[in-house]
Amino acid sequence: MALKGNLQDFSTTQLLNLVNLARKTGKLTINDQSEKAILYFREGRLIHSSTNTDEGHLTTMLLKTGKLSQEQASVIHNQTNSSSDRIVGKYLMDAKLVSRDDIVQGVKDYMLEIVYDLFTWGEGEFFFEQDVLTPNDRITVPLNLDNVILEGSRRIQEFDRLQDELPDLGKIALKITDKPLRDVKLTQDDWRVISHIHPRNTVKQIAQNNNMDEFQIRKIVYGMLQAGLVESMQPEGMEPKKREPVTRAGRRAASQSPAEKRSVVTKLIDRIKGL
Amino acid sequence: MQTVKMVITGPFSAGKTAFISSVSEIDVVTTERKISSDAERVKEDTTVAMDFGRITVDDDLVLYLFGTPGQRRFDFMWEILSEGMLGFIVLVDSVRPETFREAKHILEVFRGYSTTPYVVAANKQDMPDAWSPEDLRIALKIEKEVKVLSCVAQDKDSVKEVLLELLYSILERMQLEEG
Repeated sequence: MALKGNLQDFSTTQLLNLVNLARKTGKLTINDQSEKAILYFREGRLIHSSTNTDEGHLTTMLLKTGKLSQEQASVIHNQTNSSSDRIVGKYLMDAKLVSRDDIVQGVKDYMLEIVYDLFTWGEGEFFFEQDVLTPNDRITVPLNLDNVILEGSRRIQEFDRLQDELPDLGKIALKITDKPLRDVKLTQDDWRVISHIHPRNTVKQIAQNNNMDEFQIRKIVYGMLQAGLVESMQPEGMEPKKREPVTRAGRRAASQSPAEKRSVVTKLIDRIKGL
Repeated sequence: MQTVKMVITGPFSAGKTAFISSVSEIDVVTTERKISSDAERVKEDTTVAMDFGRITVDDDLVLYLFGTPGQRRFDFMWEILSEGMLGFIVLVDSVRPETFREAKHILEVFRGYSTTPYVVAANKQDMPDAWSPEDLRIALKIEKEVKVLSCVAQDKDSVKEVLLELLYSILERMQLEEG
């Protein structure tokens, strides 16, 4: 089964959401003309990333995130002359140039920089290869995607994209999912929205209650939807109107007893099976 | 004689015609219907093409399969077709993620017309680039209670499975409503 497409039709946010919810393991490659990003996931968590300009080696990561200076990076390269990040990491810690926490944070910051940049890509061919793992020599740090998606959504500036996802705020209500909010970084505005979630409150009403404009509320709700923290639903009291049937078939169907209706369906099942 | 109706809907080129053709006992008729002046946005003499298939159960019962018109400009037909339907199937082209948003829109519109049961059929699952039904479920944000089924519209057995699953859903709903 392939997972391929273009960011024009399926955004970075949606892609990460899919990987997160489906708890995928594998390699995601995104190409846009001269730029390429490669992300690795294990059970829905981001564990490594690189670009076509940086191969995602530890020294580069620590240099780019300010944990190492250029001079130190050159020395390390000369001293270790090894492509194994594990050996480089051990050397760095033994030399007390960085701590283990520095390495973990440096890798995380590096990955996040690449991913946040991806949120700004409006197009690019993507391809996910199931179960393809990182090369053995790389250091991987698992990163929960919920916060990445939330933060990435906050960075979306294009109103059109948000409008596409949430066209009519007066016709959607929200419900909170079972996902624990414990480890999720929510802003004050996020919490204000959550505190107003109720089956009878449309998103428009939530915005009004919190003095938020449409753009603000769309960004917040979009992020929470993508991160799986909330789900959209029809507001209570807004179920489809019961219409009187106007065709003969419709009127006949409406006048049948439950037993008659069941009999029709059972007959259909038998007939379809016999095709 | 009683006639019952199921509607097969989905974006343009999702495979609706192939789906109905696989099981219809008649050649799938692309019906040209003249639309009355009651229909919104359309002049009196406008004709609409849609797929129409039939499965005869016995002397007293016939199932009609209606495929909604693919072009967006005929979306006013959806409400007309949805009236009195037993259930509906939303067919999604699993190979074309650019159509997922349209599929989601169609699904929401039909849910707004009626509370009848429906299933989503992830078509073209025989193609190497097809998104799996599980990935489609997440991509389209479909609730776990709704069936998302593997489908190859040109394969009769596959189409039968989808129809049967919809019928089982209809039966379950009836049993629930009867308490």
